[in-house]
Amino acid sequence: MNMKDRDIISIRDMKKEDIEYILEKSEEMEKNMEKNRNLLDGYVLSTLFFEPSTRTRLSFESAMKRLGGEVITVAEAKTSSAAKGETLTDTVKTVEQYSDVIVIRHPNEGAARLAAEAVEIPIINAGDGANQHPTQTLLDLYTIKKEYGKIDGLTIALMGDLKYGRTVHSLATALGYYNVNLIFVSPEELKMPSEIKKYLKSRGIPYREISSIEEIGETDILYVTRIQKERFPDPTEYEKVRGTYKILPETLKLLGNAKIMHPLPRVDEISPKIDRTENAIYFKQARNGIPVRMAILSLVLGVIE
Amino acid sequence: MKKELKVSAIKDGTVIDHISPGKAMDVVRILKLEDYDNSVTIAMNVRSSLFEKKDIVKIENRELSEEEVNEIALIAPESTINIIKNYEVVEKRKIELPDLIKGILSCMNPNCISRREGTPKFIVEKKKPITIRCYYCERLMEGDEILKRLRI
Repeated sequence: MNMKDRDIISIRDMKKEDIEYILEKSEEMEKNMEKNRNLLDGYVLSTLFFEPSTRTRLSFESAMKRLGGEVITVAEAKTSSAAKGETLTDTVKTVEQYSDVIVIRHPNEGAARLAAEAVEIPIINAGDGANQHPTQTLLDLYTIKKEYGKIDGLTIALMGDLKYGRTVHSLATALGYYNVNLIFVSPEELKMPSEIKKYLKSRGIPYREISSIEEIGETDILYVTRIQKERFPDPTEYEKVRGTYKILPETLKLLGNAKIMHPLPRVDEISPKIDRTENAIYFKQARNGIPVRMAILSLVLGVIE
Repeated sequence: MKKELKVSAIKDGTVIDHISPGKAMDVVRILKLEDYDNSVTIAMNVRSSLFEKKDIVKIENRELSEEEVNEIALIAPESTINIIKNYEVVEKRKIELPDLIKGILSCMNPNCISRREGTPKFIVEKKKPITIRCYYCERLMEGDEILKRLRI
């Protein structure tokens, strides 16, 4: 499959074949780290982060460097060009002159799409406001597949802020392509949006909505996300729910062998005591971002097919 | 009973008929007819049958572009467009929503990049009831949300 010059903006643009192809290439990348050390020699990646991010940016930079490519970056894009009143379109058109691929994170939804329209070189969306973060979803899928050798047939529980969390929206959308059972665990105020539930229904994906960890029962994956205080109009409501979605050592009894994932950063929703257990795979998940992003960079640059 | 025309006929131009009652002024605004040099006749709440009412807009010496028809489709999808030449209806045009709508309305999401720069674009996801998705922020809009964001 030729993905040269393709923009990676939204999971919604991807067919199942595209996703599977990227996962397959990610696996090859991981197996051939040494062999691919100079694969992107001579290529330059620009990272434009209009919003602070440590993990995603470092992960992309690490992926590019492990392939022998160069990275140029604006540490605080927000405080430079944008502050001078430059449009996003002009910023990316300028940066296009310096690089072969751009990774962008921006607080406004749709920013990556606008950037992709403005330039010829591939744009990779590393988060546009509350909308999409497709490489996170791809690394999530890669992690699940790596753990279980498959995605089909699994039961996957998504827990936390399902209303506003962009990672769970993208992940649920992508899981719509697979034969999975979904469980949505959230407080009433933060339930999965009906648009996504409608979409899953249309694809025949069974799901159930519950409000406590106790109700999960058997699951292969528990994908935890942070519940943010600012999402609650009433702080007392927040106080009521915050404790109920914490994974503590005693919670593991309820979860059996379920693997626990988290897009990170975590605050207090997973106790550090969980980190050393067999259940915890969230740091592995972060590491999986490297081969996935290596594959994506190589594919959109047309260096691999 | 003697049939009487409440709205005078036009010689050449366009008649937009069967507009949902109350929407005529939206059509006028969309087509920027306030600044139009020739005559424009607006009829509102005309009885089309015993139980139904409609609005009508007649524009002299003007044919609508495809884009204008699309815009009307967004706010008054039930209406019909008649092209008049020498007092005769020479063509009846069916109103149909295009797959992509460009520029005529803004996104409802205040955090959408299209509210800051560029031209808003929407993908028509469903025609009945009209549901559109912002090409940029991917937010769905329908019903009143669309009306509120029309640039009129």
